Order: sequence, then C-alpha cells, then structure tokens
Amino acid sequence: MVYASSEDGAGRARSPVAIKILIAGGFGAGKTTLVGSVSEIRPLRTEEQLTAPSVLVDPLEGVERKTTTTVAMDFGRITLREDLLIYLFGTPGQERFWFMWDELAHGALGAVVLADTRRLTDSFPAVDYFEQRGVPFIVAVNCFDGAHRFATDDIRTALDLDDHVPVVLCDARNRSSSKEVLIALVEHAIQRVSAVA
Amino acid sequence: MPAPEDSWPDEAAGPVVRPYAVIRGRTRPRGEPNLDLLAIITTTWRAPSELWTLDPEHFSLLRMCVKPTSLVDLASDIDLPLGVVRILVADLREHGLVTVNQPTMSPWQDDLPILREVINGLRQL
Repeated sequence: MVYASSEDGAGRARSPVAIKILIAGGFGAGKTTLVGSVSEIRPLRTEEQLTAPSVLVDPLEGVERKTTTTVAMDFGRITLREDLLIYLFGTPGQERFWFMWDELAHGALGAVVLADTRRLTDSFPAVDYFEQRGVPFIVAVNCFDGAHRFATDDIRTALDLDDHVPVVLCDARNRSSSKEVLIALVEHAIQRVSAVA
Repeated sequence: MPAPEDSWPDEAAGPVVRPYAVIRGRTRPRGEPNLDLLAIITTTWRAPSELWTLDPEHFSLLRMCVKPTSLVDLASDIDLPLGVVRILVADLREHGLVTVNQPTMSPWQDDLPILREVINGLRQL
C-alpha cells in the first residue's frame, strides 16, 4: 500500500508496507479457520455504536446520542518481511456488524469470499457488497470433509459471478491451500490493476 | 440485553479502569479524520511539552512505536479498544510525539512490484 508521507517527512525508520485483505463469507464457512491456518492470530477490541432510539424524536440537535459497546474480534498478520506485512480481517457475519464493513473494506487490496456449498446463499451478501464497491475479490469454495463437491463453473453460475471473478477450491484448514487462496487473490488484484492502468 | 455497566467484570474483561476513563469519555479525536486501521505510527523522540501530562497509556504507546507499528497492532498489544487507541494516538500526534503514515487510497497502480513481492513472499512462507 502506498503511504502518504508523514507530517514532518523525517523518515527515521522505514515505514512498513501493510496490505489489507478481507476474508468474508457466511457463518461457519471457515473464515476463522483460514485466517488461523495461514497467519498469526491477534486479538482486537473494537466498538459497536448503538444509536439510541430516542435520536429520532430528540430535539437536542447535534448532541451525541450514541453509546458504544466493546466487541472482540481477531485479525491475522502475516510477516513476509519486517517491512512487508499482510493483515487479514474477517468480516463480521451478523447483519448488525455491517457498519464495520466499510471501514474494513477501505483501502483493502481485495477480498476472499469463502463459500460453503451447503449454504451457498450465505455468500450472496458478500459478493454483492464487493461487486458494488468495486473491491477485487475471488470466491474460495471450502471443501472440508463431507462438503459437496461442485465444479467451479456450477458455483460461478449459482453465485451469478462475472467471468473475470476467479473461483478456486480450497481446504481452509490446510496452510498451503490457504496460501494458494491468498496468492490467487493477489494475482487477481494485479490483473485488475493492470487492466485499469 | 443487560446494560454493560451491570455486568461484573471478570479477568477477561481486561483492566479495571474502564477504557473510556483513560480518554476521559472522549469518543472521537478532535478535528481528525479517523486513523486508518493500517496507519503506521512512529515515535518522533521529541520531548513532550511541559504543559501536557501524558497518561501511562501514552507512554506505553510511545514505547511501542519506537519501531513503526500499525494502529491495529498497537490496539492489540496494549489491549484497549481500537477507538480508545485512536484517540490516544491522535493526542500524541497533536503534540508532535508521533508521526502517522496514513495509507493513501491509490488504487495500487504504482504498487505492482510490491504485489509481486507479496506473491513471492507468500510462496516462500
């Protein structure tokens, strides 16, 4: 990621390059498993803003009526070099956390939509979101034990994906398989960038 | 759902001082756009102004940022909510004690060599 120069431009220590990748998909699709198999899991406390219902009728305009509650989440970090890091953020599944998606998607290199073939429809919201925002994404079908095996073309049709969106099969528990998923996403992002340039 | 104030904190609840007491109830930094999750924070080694009293958390952050560190890593290491750390970092920046490198929204056109390095790096993991 390109960084704006710091305020004083001192550059005492070289700033690392940090790349953000989102891992999306329905509940139980294997997001946490994938992040855990390929990266160092780090805990993060963040906030959920609860907007008080009174906001609609409250005449005190401009007064902050929001209260905040803390929610726990994890992210993954892959240290490729001391100054080259990948951060993996799992997008929260529940609808009440959708407010966090915009912040997570902001500046992301791209996203992996993990699909569980037993519940393909769970992938629709993520696919829609990234299509609308123009975030490069790939679909990774998590083929864990007992999962139905489908041809990737069938998945593409079922999810109504554009031809350029890669569909790969993976086993989220397997480190090298998860690595291949990330590589496929970065390659896709390079193609997208090259096509625009 | 019970109000958070009603629940008795156990060990998992973290420090006894409630996070927003650390930042005196502020919920957003003054006049600053939100720091990006992956903003890189670096200590400047300047001495703090005598007029400003740093809290222990500020000192902790300054120590962590001797090596340039991302906002999410700081929040994870210091075990405070992200929003609290955003405000503490904004305090430090306001007083010139840290620099902040915000990622720009360049759509990666200039970064193809870096992305190829990322692929090579992943292959070698």
